Amino acid sequence: MDSENLIIELDHVDVTYQDLVALDDVSLKVPSGSFLAIIGPNGAGKTTLLQVILGLVRPASGVVKVFGKSPADLDGERRRIGYVPQIMSVDLNFPVSVREVVLMGRYGRMGLLRRPSSTDRAAAHDALEVVGIADLADRPIRRLSGGQRQRAFLARALANEPELLLLDEPTTGVDVASSESLYELLRVLHASGITMLVVSHDVGVVASYVEGVVCINRRLVAHGRPAEVLGSEELTKMYGCDAMFFHHGRVPHLVVEREQ
Amino acid sequence: MMEILGYHFMQRALFAGTLIGIVCAVIGTYIVLKGLSFIGAGIAHASFGGVALGFLLKVNPVLTAVFFCLGTAWAIGLVTRKGRVKEDTAVGIFFASTMAFGILLIGLMQGYNVDLFGYLFGSILAVSQNDVWITLGLSAAVLLLVLLFFKELLFVTFDAEMAAVTGVPAARIYFLLLSLMALTVVLSIKVVGIVLVSALLVTPAAAAYQLTENFRRMMALSVLIGVSSTVGGLLLSYQLNTAAGATIVLLATLIFFVAALVSPRRRRRPVQTRS
Repeated sequence: MDSENLIIELDHVDVTYQDLVALDDVSLKVPSGSFLAIIGPNGAGKTTLLQVILGLVRPASGVVKVFGKSPADLDGERRRIGYVPQIMSVDLNFPVSVREVVLMGRYGRMGLLRRPSSTDRAAAHDALEVVGIADLADRPIRRLSGGQRQRAFLARALANEPELLLLDEPTTGVDVASSESLYELLRVLHASGITMLVVSHDVGVVASYVEGVVCINRRLVAHGRPAEVLGSEELTKMYGCDAMFFHHGRVPHLVVEREQ
Repeated sequence: MMEILGYHFMQRALFAGTLIGIVCAVIGTYIVLKGLSFIGAGIAHASFGGVALGFLLKVNPVLTAVFFCLGTAWAIGLVTRKGRVKEDTAVGIFFASTMAFGILLIGLMQGYNVDLFGYLFGSILAVSQNDVWITLGLSAAVLLLVLLFFKELLFVTFDAEMAAVTGVPAARIYFLLLSLMALTVVLSIKVVGIVLVSALLVTPAAAAYQLTENFRRMMALSVLIGVSSTVGGLLLSYQLNTAAGATIVLLATLIFFVAALVSPRRRRRPVQTRS
């Protein structure tokens, strides 16, 4: 594979939190233009994987490169990465409007001591148009539905015009219809040239939109096209004996019974 | 009622009280929204160690308290940064140890110092012309820094991780916020007192939070409530011959309960999204 075309390169990455191993010897190459789903059980290190790419977590060993650089040295190129974190990571009652949240996406590139320019405001507005909630710009975020709120946070990431978009469980707390239209939107964004990495537990839903599935459970368990990965024995092994698949349409669905 | 405004000590107290009301309300907005009220209480109690040190060294206790509170705020920030020690644990340790340090120093001093009582519980009589200058200088510094880093403080308060991801120096802004909290505590203790200052850091902003869903409006309302509490509390304490700090804090608490009762947040519940 042409290495200039690679947006993300992880080479034998280990991450440990004190005694806990979060990622164990993970190597992954993501070419530009990919649309990948990252799946795995709870506590498998899916979020950690995103945080390593974002430079929020430093690996104990191994090499991470994003746009050919270590995430710590990205500086001005940070804005090339958009991130939509798990919705539960923020206070949803915080008194800010949708417009303010989206504008925050550009605070980093504006720099210290600068106020938002008309360009910044226009970019925020455009991002809201793209995700289809420009009419809700002045609404406080606590008055949004789950689906609208995800679109607001997606708009915040898009306001920076990123080339790579990382989403962590974007459909948590979102009903089925909104969740499908959100994935539909991600497909449109991908078609416009944005490389996508989506962490999800909606294995069935996500598989019908993405081009590739990365399965992790601390280690990289499987990586390939959705049909290959989801039918594989590794996946069954990873989820344990309680996992089974059923086929619905062209995509195998994974059913995991929770322990206890 | 009006004749008390003719007293110089009252003019000084009201001037300082107004500044304290503004600054506590502004910084309190961040404290309430980011959930830092326990750190605020910790820093406030740490100021006791700083004040005692000032008495021992025979320099203005407010100046020693500045360094002592900044040091404590940074220590709490550093210790919790890597996640090895939980925030409330760190505060719990510094809270008690800095007070213990102060008590130890007081014990070393000959005789009992009456002024110390004023620092603990606040006093309208204790505000000297020098204190007015110190309060004015510190207030101006805090408000200027808030103005300069307004958007970064907002972003880090709302979503520190995302701020860091998009290139905002989130860790440094967090330490700035801790420093602003320390300065706010120090400039307030003369009037409100060490024991009660943490309430003034939280209550006006918490009342304002009940009344609006807009960040700037919350800060403005918080200032209005903060100044009403300090000025109203000072005047009341003179009339009723009660402790200034206690009167201010109880007045603020009363406003908080009224705000909570009429809060639109109570009527309009947020959309439930957990499935």
